Amino acid sequence: MARVVVVTSGKGGVGKTTTSAAIAMGLAKRGHKTAVIDFDVGLRNLDLIMGCERRVVYDFVNVINGEANLNQALIRDKNCNQLYILPASQTRDKDALSLEGVGRVLEELSKEFKYIVCDSPAGIERGAYLAMYYADDALVVTNPEVSSVRDSDRMLGILASKSRRAELAMDPIKEYLLLTRYDPSRVDSGEMLSLEDVQEILSLHLLGIIPESKSVLTASNAGVPVILDEKSDAGQAYADVVARYLGEKRPHRFIESKKGFLRKLFGGK
Amino acid sequence: MSLLDYFKLSKPKTATLAKERLQILVAHERYYRNKPSYLPQLQEELMQVIRKYVQVDQDAISVKFEQDENQETLELNIVLPDTQSNSAREHIARDVF
Repeated sequence: MARVVVVTSGKGGVGKTTTSAAIAMGLAKRGHKTAVIDFDVGLRNLDLIMGCERRVVYDFVNVINGEANLNQALIRDKNCNQLYILPASQTRDKDALSLEGVGRVLEELSKEFKYIVCDSPAGIERGAYLAMYYADDALVVTNPEVSSVRDSDRMLGILASKSRRAELAMDPIKEYLLLTRYDPSRVDSGEMLSLEDVQEILSLHLLGIIPESKSVLTASNAGVPVILDEKSDAGQAYADVVARYLGEKRPHRFIESKKGFLRKLFGGK
Repeated sequence: MSLLDYFKLSKPKTATLAKERLQILVAHERYYRNKPSYLPQLQEELMQVIRKYVQVDQDAISVKFEQDENQETLELNIVLPDTQSNSAREHIARDVF
């Protein structure tokens, strides 16, 4: 049986697709056969971040409607043969996905894959609901910023009450926090919520902190998941996240700001 | 603590402000999360009915929903204003005479 992982947040623009691409690639690179699904029907972007936008022929909606089979729609990643992408439809509207149809596709994928990463759209409407409904684990992507923290909390409420696991009174979805776009120097100067501040409100199991990093934009420019940029801070942070998700213990990094000797002495920010 | 910290003016930190605002907001939203969705409307309609007879403030009425393993309770609490009850008493007194 595959493990279904939803990458969710409520708020848009916090790094869900960047995270989905990185986590899926990280799991696949470690030898686990992984599928990553874009649930953002009408506004697909995972294909672009994964660099396979020109190879999309069939999509998620085609499979649900029986217009194509899964093997026709799945795109094998060019960097890792353990990773497959199921793109969203760009032309349909968000009602094209059905709960039953999504369930059918996930069940079929479960036979072949170890991990299924569901890239949720922003908001709390149908697409986001369907992305989280069948999940076993949830990565809640949060920025250290008021609206993002509030939306994450709202999403946690939905995970706990509206998911399949909640409806069938099974063990609840395992929820993990991924704090992204973290800037330790701004935290030090009191301009940004700290990890502790966010945890005081959300109190989740922390899977990792992804620092604000130029490498995220350069990776998306090139259509290569940032985790493959092994020299970058964000790439390393995502590699840690994957390792922790798989049960390894790794100390959290990128929490402290980089200060030189003089700045330490004079407390410069 | 660095050398310069001793000389710095203590400016209010916006992150602290953000955290305090969030704590209040999130606590409020969590309270309503597991409550029946009709609760705000029920409170609103009760308010309208009560105001037909007694002029009370918005916060004079509280509708509390409590839930434990065995039962769900809906508790309605209305605080009548002092003047109103006095004039009501006067009214009754006049009727007697």
